[in-house]
Formats: sequence, C-alpha cells, structure tokens
Amino acid sequence: MKEVLRLEKVSHRYHSKSGETEAIRSMDLSVNEGEFFGIVGPSGSGKTTLLSILSGILTPSSGSVKRSISPSEIGYMLQRDHLFEWRTIEDNVLLGLEIRKIKTKERVEYALDLLKKYSLGDFVKKRPSELSGGMRQRVALIRTLALRPKLVLLDEPFSALDFQTRLNVAEDVRKIIAEEGVTAILVTHDISEAIALCDRIAVLSARPATVKRIFDNTIEKGLSSIERREHPLFASLFKEVWKELEFTDEKEKSGDQ
Amino acid sequence: MKKKSQEISEEHFRYLKKQRGKTAFVVVMQVFLLVQFFLVWELLAKYEIIDSFIFSAPSKMWSSFLALAKDGVLWRHVSATLIETVVGFVSATLIGLVVAVVLWSIEPLRLILEPYIVVLNALPKIALGPIIIIWVGAGKGAIIVMAILISVIITVINILNGFLSVDKDKILLMKTLSATRAQTLFKLVLPSNLSNIIAALKVNVGMAWVGTIMGEYLVSREGLGYLIVYGGQVFNLSLVMCSTVILTVLAALMYFCVLIVEKAVSR
Repeated sequence: MKEVLRLEKVSHRYHSKSGETEAIRSMDLSVNEGEFFGIVGPSGSGKTTLLSILSGILTPSSGSVKRSISPSEIGYMLQRDHLFEWRTIEDNVLLGLEIRKIKTKERVEYALDLLKKYSLGDFVKKRPSELSGGMRQRVALIRTLALRPKLVLLDEPFSALDFQTRLNVAEDVRKIIAEEGVTAILVTHDISEAIALCDRIAVLSARPATVKRIFDNTIEKGLSSIERREHPLFASLFKEVWKELEFTDEKEKSGDQ
Repeated sequence: MKKKSQEISEEHFRYLKKQRGKTAFVVVMQVFLLVQFFLVWELLAKYEIIDSFIFSAPSKMWSSFLALAKDGVLWRHVSATLIETVVGFVSATLIGLVVAVVLWSIEPLRLILEPYIVVLNALPKIALGPIIIIWVGAGKGAIIVMAILISVIITVINILNGFLSVDKDKILLMKTLSATRAQTLFKLVLPSNLSNIIAALKVNVGMAWVGTIMGEYLVSREGLGYLIVYGGQVFNLSLVMCSTVILTVLAALMYFCVLIVEKAVSR
C-alpha cells in the first residue's frame, strides 16, 4: 500500500514567556492511502498539535514529515463547524474554492452535488443558524471536501454534538469519506468512536505525546459504524485500547507526584 | 426567519392585539410626556412662577424660531453645523476603520502604538483647541478637525478590539484553507465585525455632535453652537433654548439614519 504520510522522529515544543512545553516527543507514524486512521490519546496530549504538523500549518521543532501529496491536497475539519453566519450554506461550502481562487464551474457543481447527495440540497440558500448541529457538521465536512483533498484531517469533529446526533453524523462522515475515496485521519478521545470508524488506531501517551501502540481494527471492513459497535469483537478491542490509555493516565498521575 | 402570514388562531389574534395595544400605550405615553413637559413649562412661565427671562418659555422659543426662519438665517446656521457634523462623522469613521485595519494587519505596529493610543484616548481633546485653531485656522476646518479628533481614537480602539476578538479557531480555519491575511480580513474579520462597526457608528454620531458644537463654541461665526454661545452672551435665553431644541432634533434624526443603515446591512 502506498504511504500518504510519514512522520520520523518528530518532536515539538511550544514556547511561551513562562517557559516551554514539550508537546510531542520523537513520534514515528505512517498513514496509508485509502486508510481511515485513528489517533486516540488522553486530553491535552498534543493531538491537535499533531494534526497541525500533519497538515503543514505547523513546522515541528525537529524530525521530518514526508508527504506523497502537497499540503494543498489536505483538508482539515475542526471540532466546531465554524460556518459563517453571514454566508448561506452554499457560500460557506464554496469558501475554500474562493480563497484558493479555483472557483471553476465544474468545482462549484461538484460541491453542490455533494450537498444534494448528502441531503442538504434543500438548505443551499439557508443560513447556518437554520440548520441542526448534525447538518452543520455535514456542511463543514463538505466545505472541506469541496477542495477535493486526498487526505482529510478530522479534529474531534463530533465532540460538540449530543450523543444521538453524534452517532448519526459519525456514520454519515464515514460513509461520505469512504464513498469519495479519501484518506482520513481522525483524532478523538472517544475510544468507541475510533473503533467504529477507523482501520487502524494509534494510542498516544500523555504529554509529551509518543505513539504507544498501534492497533489493527480486527472488525471486518465494509460495515457501518453502527454495525461495528454491535460487533462481537468490539468489546474486546475497546478493552484493549482502553487499558493502553488507562495505563497512560496512571503513569501521568504518578509522574505528577 | 418570519413565517409568512397564514391563517392565525383566535388565541394568536388576541395575543397580537394585546401586543399592539401595549406598543400603542408606550408611544402615547412618550408623546404625552413631551407635550406635558412643554405645557407645564409654558404655564409656569405664563403665571410667572419661573422667570421667563432666565428660563424662557416654549412660546418665546417658537417666536425666536420664526424670527430666525423668516430671515433665512436659520437655514444658514443649521446647514453649517450639519455639514461640519456629517463631514466630521464620516471622516472620523473612515479614518478610524482604516487605522484599525492597518493596526490589525501589522502586529508590531499595533504593539508599538498601543500606549500612545491609550494616552491619546485619555487626553481631553478640547485641550487641543488652541493648537488646532493656530494650525488649521479659525474656521470650518478647525471645527471639523475637532469633530474628527474627538471620535477617531475611540473608533480605532473599539473596532480594533472587535477585530482582535475574532474566534481563534475561525482564524485557524482560514489558515487550513490557506487564506492570505487580506483574505482573512475581507472574508472573516470584516463581515464578522459588522455589528461592531455599526456600534462604532452609533457612538460616533454622538461624538461628532459634541466635537462640532465644541468647535463652534471656540471659533465659529455661524452654526447652532455659535447661536447658543451668542444667545448666552446677549442673555437671549429663548435663542439658546430654541437652538438647543433644534440641535436635539437634528442629532436624533442623524441617529435614526444610522439605525436605518443598520437595518439595511444586517438583513
């Protein structure tokens, strides 16, 4: 399988007047094309930092980031939808095309088709405030996909939603990403979400983050995230990942004393 | 969004009627209060409970107004003040907006100038009056400069604060879409600050009047501020009161203009 992205010995430190914080320490990671890759870690473990490095917004203090694609082919979906209230849904989705000055007829059509395809066709001329949280999150994903990225980075994209919506939107996102044939990296602190969506899951340690272990999702591919949650292997996998994470937390606690 | 008028229930109809009644009551009381104020004033003056030489009276103000209007003098004074105020208001707002944009765009410049802006804001601008008169000359120019000075600093501060409080994650979003600083300004910062800029306009309307009248006190030979000062000096209180009322009406009208602009852009 072709590698889309490879991190080698990547470290990052944040500097502020009160001192420096080591966010990531010597991290090795590689993501393959077409893969749905999950990154799970305790809160404050530098997951967002990692995504910023992967996307090229942030240059790491040391180590190398190799990409087989250009940074402009990477889409980024943030925790909250950040739709602009002064724009219609259509204009929000086309924001990226406008900014990159590639708003061609064909690309606009593609974006509008995505809206239609994922049952937002009736809301094209509406304002974001007229949509439910789940719908807004789908619009945010389509805003990302409108640029036809080869890789999508998802930074806890469901954490602002209530549980019911969360399950549905997670499945929508999985489906959309699978159908559009995009590689995805999902950062989350929700283990069950990672198992329901991802092919492989990397567990991060507490700060400074390193990759502790990478799990292969043993549940067969092609299932929906809901079906995966009901799969017999789900519970054992959950337990394994959770243990790995919990161990991290304990170490963190003893380190504090 | 409002629903289109559909058939409404009896209950809803009664609710609407009640609401309309409430609104009508408030308006009636507002008008009543104003009429009452002038009526009591007039009666107090008429029965010599107050000295109408010092306090004037609505009827005297009215004749003062008619005298001014007949000569055509009134229009000259009103237009002088109006032009100064509008020019001051528009320039102060534009200059303030441009300076805020520049300071937002060039962070080091903002950090360097921050203390100066704060100090300039604290300085009572009227103290600069003599300097302005010497530099600009004792005429309309000086009045307009005064009107601009009094509101431009606070405009910069208010608008810049709005710019700086744009959600950091929205800025990050623009970064992820590889937006330039200028694109971030025009597609995110300015549109998200529309209500903030309107608020600055509202403040500036009041400020521009303060600046203009202050300027007219200092230098002018025409304008409502001049009429007020002149009336005070010759002890013509009716002229002073009459000019003040005209001033109030004009200031209110200009404020309503801003409200109309607000409604137009926030749709």
